[in-house]
Amino acid sequence: MTVNPPAKWGLRTLAFGYLGLLLLAPVGMIFYKTFESGIGPPVEAMTSPDAVHAIWLTLLMVAVAVPLNTVFGVGCALLLVRHRWKGNALIDAVINLPFAISPVVIGLSLFLLYGTDGWFGPTLAGWGIQVLFSTPGMILASVFVSLPFVVRETVPVLQEIGTEQEQAASTLGANAWQTFWRVTLPAIRWGVAYGVVLTTARVLGEFGAVTIVSGQISGKTETLPLFVGKAFEQFDEGAAYAGAIVLALLALTTLLLMSVGGRKTKAQTNGPIPVTGAVAVSTTKENS
Amino acid sequence: MEGSPATLAAPPRVGIRLPWVGAGLGRGMVTLYLSVIVLLPLAAVVAKSTEGGAGAFWDAVTGSESLAALKLTVVASLIVVAINAVFGTVIAWVMVRDEFRGKSLVNALIDLPFALPTIVAGLTLLTLYGSESPLGVNVAFTRMAVVLALAFVTLPFVARAVQPLLMEMDREMEEAATSLGASGFTVFRRIIFPNLLPGILAGVMLAFARALGEFGSLILISGNIPFKTEVSSVFIRSQIESGNVSGAAAVSVVLLAISLLMLVAVTVLGRWSRGGKGGAFSSAIDRLVGLGGPSGGP
Repeated sequence: MTVNPPAKWGLRTLAFGYLGLLLLAPVGMIFYKTFESGIGPPVEAMTSPDAVHAIWLTLLMVAVAVPLNTVFGVGCALLLVRHRWKGNALIDAVINLPFAISPVVIGLSLFLLYGTDGWFGPTLAGWGIQVLFSTPGMILASVFVSLPFVVRETVPVLQEIGTEQEQAASTLGANAWQTFWRVTLPAIRWGVAYGVVLTTARVLGEFGAVTIVSGQISGKTETLPLFVGKAFEQFDEGAAYAGAIVLALLALTTLLLMSVGGRKTKAQTNGPIPVTGAVAVSTTKENS
Repeated sequence: MEGSPATLAAPPRVGIRLPWVGAGLGRGMVTLYLSVIVLLPLAAVVAKSTEGGAGAFWDAVTGSESLAALKLTVVASLIVVAINAVFGTVIAWVMVRDEFRGKSLVNALIDLPFALPTIVAGLTLLTLYGSESPLGVNVAFTRMAVVLALAFVTLPFVARAVQPLLMEMDREMEEAATSLGASGFTVFRRIIFPNLLPGILAGVMLAFARALGEFGSLILISGNIPFKTEVSSVFIRSQIESGNVSGAAAVSVVLLAISLLMLVAVTVLGRWSRGGKGGAFSSAIDRLVGLGGPSGGP
């Protein structure tokens, strides 16, 4: 349908107006608010002991949850795609569960398991391990909410690349481990990388689940999103805006990586099987 | 392939098996991981909600504050998905059929609600539409604020679900209709809209599920006033904090059930349209399920 010029401009105005008022203007506004009185105050707010600890703790969440879910994600994707099994449909459905659940409910679920009256809480407390209101509980919450991304992004790429190259590698004498590292992983790397970006973004920004299990103890169990929420509620708007800017910049980086990653995965799945795989096979052969 | 010399030379195999662990061990590990991380915690919620029997469950869900929160959550979510169904379709249209400078930038911007932490989303909306609004629009602590925040976090769903369908659409149909004398509106109503409907529906269902469980973006801007601006997720938190954990679990189970229903419906819709439509739509839906099911988006 060729739209006549007035209609075209009308649609454009609607689309840009909505995006502008809902997304662009508020985000622009928070940048303005933060740097209203120069770069000094936000830098100062972000170098306070509580803020530094919050940043450090947020990075710790990423450092634990992302590798865990990446190893799980790639392994699980291999199982789902390459090993037919009756239980696969069930595993597939369970992987989507974290998407179907409110973050607060996820927090509650961990509260019920690891709280003082919880299923595991008392036993673990007997061993001297405190999960709730401390780092392990927050890590569990982060792992829960970000579990599906790597699996979801790896499965389609794995389906797309097929098995010919892997078969070639194994007939040339590569063992399963060599085939995985030299052929499969290079071929699925963009899909995995995209999943890792999404996982990281989710862990960095998680608020609802972590807020329930952390107890929000400043300088102890407070991640950056919790720091932002608390600072705002305590009328320390400067610190809240500064923290929000750090998170917003990370989100914009994610966005950039997402649009690059999305394009790469698309190019990879639509195009011919990458050459790197073939090169890897020949090296494997020489080495073995 | 079966007859190729290479396959004859080595024992036939179907692609790579999991290296160094057998499939059985792999399955065991995946099941264990999923059980510890996801299934056991959820089982604890369901068990807690039914602790006092069906009567206590019903009382907890239909308590006046709980019911008010559920009503607000469902009604606000319905309003928001209706708004985003219209604007999402318009945005998708502009992104696919219109040409302008900076298009790829705007296209990337649409995903911003998926990438931005929810607490930051709430804070940004509050700076522009709060008490110090430079536009003079103050919606803080009203039901309008709930709608605004939910509209923000669910914005990408319909747009992203409709986009691939628009790209795949055969333009000859529209041209034929136009040449036969159909007006622009008739072409939209009779040809374009029916083709986009699966995308709009899928986007709406995912957005609805996401809106139901939303928490972080609402906490600052809604004011969390019981009977007025308190949504179910906020109600659940307040119940946990005041020690009524089984009440919190009961409302959680209701939210969980509605969201799961949406997820199943979208999966069925995706599978159904996989037959006729190309793969781009179903993969977009897979991706959307992945990106931002209810709790998705940081």
